[in-house]
Amino acid sequence: MAAARLSGGCGGGGGENRLVSLPLSRIRVIMKSSPEVSSINQDALFLTAKATELFVQYLATYSYKHGRGKEKRALSYSDLSHTAEESETFQFLADILPKKILASKYLKMLEREKRDGEMEEDDDDDQEEESEEEDAES
Amino acid sequence: MAERPEDLNLPNAVITRIIKEALPDGVNISKEARSAISRAASVFVLYATSCANNFAVKGKRKTLNAGDVLSAMEEMEFQRFIAPLKESLEVYRREQKGKKEARKDKDKKADSEEQDKSREEENDDDDERMEEEEQNDDEEVDN
Repeated sequence: MAAARLSGGCGGGGGENRLVSLPLSRIRVIMKSSPEVSSINQDALFLTAKATELFVQYLATYSYKHGRGKEKRALSYSDLSHTAEESETFQFLADILPKKILASKYLKMLEREKRDGEMEEDDDDDQEEESEEEDAES
Repeated sequence: MAERPEDLNLPNAVITRIIKEALPDGVNISKEARSAISRAASVFVLYATSCANNFAVKGKRKTLNAGDVLSAMEEMEFQRFIAPLKESLEVYRREQKGKKEARKDKDKKADSEEQDKSREEENDDDDERMEEEEQNDDEEVDN
């Protein structure tokens, strides 16, 4: 028993020779939180845990490689949100990794949108006039 | 089962260790980046579960199995995970079988504790796994 507790308990170095380092019990809780899932066999649970581990590795290395922190040897939030935005495979993360922008930039964007909106409205008016003319002709 | 929203989080220490092992030595990972990856991992589990469940439903099965998870990976465009996953599943199955036999050994010869110790160390503290084993614990031991 003592031996079992030892190998299970040490968080730091003991993980290397273990097959999966994420706790299966927690993975199971997350999987079961999905209402349509009734039961999961042990192999499926193990595979999902292992896949999540591979996913974490892949997301981190991909974002580091394609990110801007490479010269500074750093991985930052913006590298991750950039990945979610640019990569097709990681697209499903776009909602939970939104791009951060400065408030001042956001205000400018809003203004620009407002102006564009007005211009579009003008365009719409033009089109309507055109179509009315067309109607009149036909 | 998940009563609080924190129950859907994965342990930060483990996530951090996985990230550090994946990146080159000395790369600094901001706190925000760590928690973002951790959240992404939880979403990945849910997404994979939902995809795998679709395959189970198609096959008119109530229990998600290994094949469902592998099909889900393909559907999610994580084909690159499939080969390493199959490999670890094989090792995992072998390990589970080994544990079963080790436990039988222990029951048979309770005196030879030395021999069991090395095997015992491979066990982790996953109770659910142990329970599952007990249910199909009727295999022969070839010793």
